[in-house]
Amino acid sequence: MNIIEFSLLVCVSSVLAGFLGSLTGLGGGIIITPVLTLALGVDIRYAIGASLVSVIATSSGAAAAYVREGFSNIRIGMFLEIATTLGALGGALLATKMPTSSISIIFGLALLYSAYASSRPRHLHLGDCRPDPLATRLKMNSVYPTNDGPVGYCPQAVPTGFSLMFGAGVLSGLLGIGSGAVKVIAMDQAMRLPFKVSTTTSNFMIGVTAAASAGVYLSRGYINPGLAMPVMLGVVSGSLVGARVLAEVKTKWLRIVFGVVIAIMALEMIYHGVTGRL
Amino acid sequence: MAGPTRRWTDQVVEKWIGNLLRAGVTLSTAVVLFGACVYLGRHGHELPHFRIFVGTPKDLRTVSGIWKNVLAFKGQGLIQLGLLLLIATPVARVAFSVVAFAVERDRLYVVVTLLVLAILTYSLMGGRL
Repeated sequence: MNIIEFSLLVCVSSVLAGFLGSLTGLGGGIIITPVLTLALGVDIRYAIGASLVSVIATSSGAAAAYVREGFSNIRIGMFLEIATTLGALGGALLATKMPTSSISIIFGLALLYSAYASSRPRHLHLGDCRPDPLATRLKMNSVYPTNDGPVGYCPQAVPTGFSLMFGAGVLSGLLGIGSGAVKVIAMDQAMRLPFKVSTTTSNFMIGVTAAASAGVYLSRGYINPGLAMPVMLGVVSGSLVGARVLAEVKTKWLRIVFGVVIAIMALEMIYHGVTGRL
Repeated sequence: MAGPTRRWTDQVVEKWIGNLLRAGVTLSTAVVLFGACVYLGRHGHELPHFRIFVGTPKDLRTVSGIWKNVLAFKGQGLIQLGLLLLIATPVARVAFSVVAFAVERDRLYVVVTLLVLAILTYSLMGGRL
């Protein structure tokens, strides 16, 4: 297999990664990393660099569409981003002192449960929700577009969400992946945001978090142009399609797709913890 | 009173952020695509070498090194330049949001966004994340 064939293969899987990543707010890394390491035998460090590029590409590619549609909530994203970036700094410091393999297994098991919890439909009384005082002071109440016109929502449990975001940051610093999952789950389950608002706001946040660590990975030589090129081109096109589909798709289906992707991710984490690969 | 004005400003801001993101993604994709043509044209028939980690060549790890490769019209340098533009896009978005919140006179979120920008800059500067 020469470089042209290799690039084509990587590019095609990256389209799928970008599509699922932008739809679920998880970034493309969950697909890219196993495809590169397990199927194509790429060294894990190159795969990590490529996965980082895929996260930024998914985030920015899809966000251009989401911002205009009015799904993502910039204030919520920006406020929670403080917790995530601080957590990521802390996690990176801890990474050398903690047994990441057992953390990986525990996190994988927790994700399996979340896959089940978040794929179930949740009945919300949107529009006439009771604003939370703290969320109101932080100007987080907003509206998002639905097929029946704009619907209002009021975030709940801001402190819980903020703490979970800190945890998400620590995890991403420790393990490299998994922060997108915690972000969506925290906004969906704890803060009670509409599912599409959760996934698109997470999509905004993962790009910022990934950009923060890009400098380190670049200087360590993890970001290889030959590998990052097909990943980036594929992911950008996939994420543009994902962004279009998101506006149309029913939340019920979105939750099921999210649940399946999270379950795959959970198995990856457990596999990683047990074998030390991926 | 304040309602419609704020809504209007929010929409204008969102439009600008959308345009900024689209410009960043389009520009970086175009540069990577151009670099890809050069790179594949010259090295497309060689064998991929990603099984063993040797690290990306030293001159493709720094901004100044990448720029030298771009001037020498190297495909890999052009790709890295496109990736740098891609990495800069979310950073630019946060920086622009500071201005946007300032225009909206939303002091709370100017502070929040500045904080995010500070942490982001600290880790980008190699604050060993």
